[in-house]
Amino acid sequence: MALKPPTDPMILQAIRHSQALQRARALSLSRRGFLGAAGFGATALALAACSTGDKKELTPAKDVSATEKTLVWDNWPAYMDEDDDGNYPTLIGFQDESGIEVTYNVAVDDNNTYYAKVKDQLALGQDIGADTVCLTDWMVARLVRNGYVQSLDHANIPNIANLSDSFANPDFDKGRQLSLPWQGGFAGICWNKEKVPNGLASVDDLWDTALKGRVGVLSEMRDTMGLIMLSQGTDITGEWGDDEYANAMDAFTEQVENGQIRNIKGNGYLNDLQSEDTYAAICWSGDITSLNATAGDKWEFAIPDAGGTLWNDTFVVPMGSAHKANAEAVMNYYYEPEVAAELAAWVNYVTPVNGAKEAMDAIDPELASNQLIFPDESTLETVHVFRTLTPQEENDYQAQFQKVLLGS
Amino acid sequence: MAFTAFASQATVEQAPRKRSWIALVLLLPGIAYLVLFFLAPLISLIITSFQQPVLDGDIGEYTAGFQWQNYTDALGEYWPLVLRSFGFALIATVLALAVSYPIAYFIGVKARRFPLLQSLMLTLVIAPFFISFLLRTLAWKQIMSDEGPIVQFLKTIAILPSDGHLTGTAFSVIFGLTYNFIPFMTLPLYATLERLDTRYLEAGADLYASPFTVFRKVTVPLSMPGIISGTLLTFIPAAGDYINASRDFLGSSSTAMVGNAIEANFLVLQNYPIAAALSIVLMAVILIIVGLYVRRAGTEDLV
Repeated sequence: MALKPPTDPMILQAIRHSQALQRARALSLSRRGFLGAAGFGATALALAACSTGDKKELTPAKDVSATEKTLVWDNWPAYMDEDDDGNYPTLIGFQDESGIEVTYNVAVDDNNTYYAKVKDQLALGQDIGADTVCLTDWMVARLVRNGYVQSLDHANIPNIANLSDSFANPDFDKGRQLSLPWQGGFAGICWNKEKVPNGLASVDDLWDTALKGRVGVLSEMRDTMGLIMLSQGTDITGEWGDDEYANAMDAFTEQVENGQIRNIKGNGYLNDLQSEDTYAAICWSGDITSLNATAGDKWEFAIPDAGGTLWNDTFVVPMGSAHKANAEAVMNYYYEPEVAAELAAWVNYVTPVNGAKEAMDAIDPELASNQLIFPDESTLETVHVFRTLTPQEENDYQAQFQKVLLGS
Repeated sequence: MAFTAFASQATVEQAPRKRSWIALVLLLPGIAYLVLFFLAPLISLIITSFQQPVLDGDIGEYTAGFQWQNYTDALGEYWPLVLRSFGFALIATVLALAVSYPIAYFIGVKARRFPLLQSLMLTLVIAPFFISFLLRTLAWKQIMSDEGPIVQFLKTIAILPSDGHLTGTAFSVIFGLTYNFIPFMTLPLYATLERLDTRYLEAGADLYASPFTVFRKVTVPLSMPGIISGTLLTFIPAAGDYINASRDFLGSSSTAMVGNAIEANFLVLQNYPIAAALSIVLMAVILIIVGLYVRRAGTEDLV
């Protein structure tokens, strides 16, 4: 039987009613659809925000240094000479001499944290908010490996001739085409002279039961593990692998778990030394000189007899920086021996600039003979650079280290 | 829902049935804000928690995937820290309640006749907020340091062994959590106790109830909304706190909480999926605990 359109007015009304209902449903469906679309939009947004994207060769930003006389420089705390009013005398000298206005930010507190903050911009070759930054050499090695930094024009840095030979050819950047050291230092051991009158000679002395619960170590994996590996006879510069690291890890874990090591910290370890929560620590060379100057001459630093680590905080210019020539100008300025000496007299770290020692003789002969600022050949022989790790090793070793730090 | 705990006890008036487009328009900025700053990050977090590492990739390189093992890995590695977080948060909440209730009762009930004293004491409760949370926590670290007065005193009266210490122990972390969240407990308690009708207490006494029974049967039930909002305002942030337990503040490697594990995975290891998975676990557990708590202690059957 063929269907006829209904004619009964009541049925017609019922149909109209059901159609209206359907429309309403369709409407609500479309509203749900809209919500779905909004959700999808948010998802896409999120994906865009966190996707790593395809790796492509980054290109340097166009250098506008010639017209824009500005420079933003991110650096670590207490790494620039400072007068009583909080001004930076050497930096003011540079601004007067070059006419480049420098915004100096104390923005680096930790290599990993700083990297975590800027890594997305770095990976896209975008401006990270700084034209140049000083990071520790192993982190610089990572930036170099990923192609995140611009190559330096040595013609703009004639003072590079003053670069000390011991810093000229790191394994990640032979000939310093992409990076230039700012200041360096050693990790070694230090102790409170009143509480540990006999002093310490080696990392093993830190594990003396008399110091139980009074030892601090650094949360910088390469320094703490580096010193322990050296004390176990491993050459940290050369060929070593998982086994050597595991041995050092065992020793480290044992000392943390039995309570010998009180705490594992970054820059905060100085507070513990000062409040005498710790009597001895693995520490950074320049800090102890500064601490003695501000809190009474109470601490002594030594490179352990099995050797210490040597590290460098190093200038790089990220791909997104549009002021590379200005950055090169500031590097060139700090490679003047006189400027380097003035800086070193304040920050107390190892200067990579040849001739600074002679310049220092004029400022303060006592500092000029300080092995922690101007190490001679025999001192340099006792300190070693932790070899560059592959990404897989870095992930693995850092994870093991953090596992102990979190007690998990 | 958890948020009914914060609602007032007044009877809810029937909302007007008329559809109001103005209301929707007024809601728009709020909704846009929530979508942009809550929903989008949350979805991003969920997606991140399922990411997988790029084969032979550099540190911190992950790609979209559905690696649910991130959750089992995170829990397998960090379950003691998750438990510890909620244990610490629970103890700190109970301690904060025990400390805050008498304070709030005194300010809100006993000091009613002296408005000046009342406002002075309230100012004292809020005063710590004038100084940064970090600085106050660091100050406690100094006070509790090995050569500081507290440790020396405790050693003198032989409560603490001669090689004992306070900083870096569970004690100092719970102490820090309690201390830092006391104002969050005191203020809501004060807000409800301030409205407490003391005639009920008199009536209870007239009916031969002992002071303790009056407190248990009258005062506590009437201040329940304050107790619930206070405990929520303390427990939730305390469970996710990573400052007090941080090695740079009052903690050590034996007191790490889940927040410290998230921080280490996110900032140091650049293991974003594990950090995201841990964050989601933390959120989910808090939601469940708070949901159960509010259902059990809900205000609806107390009035």
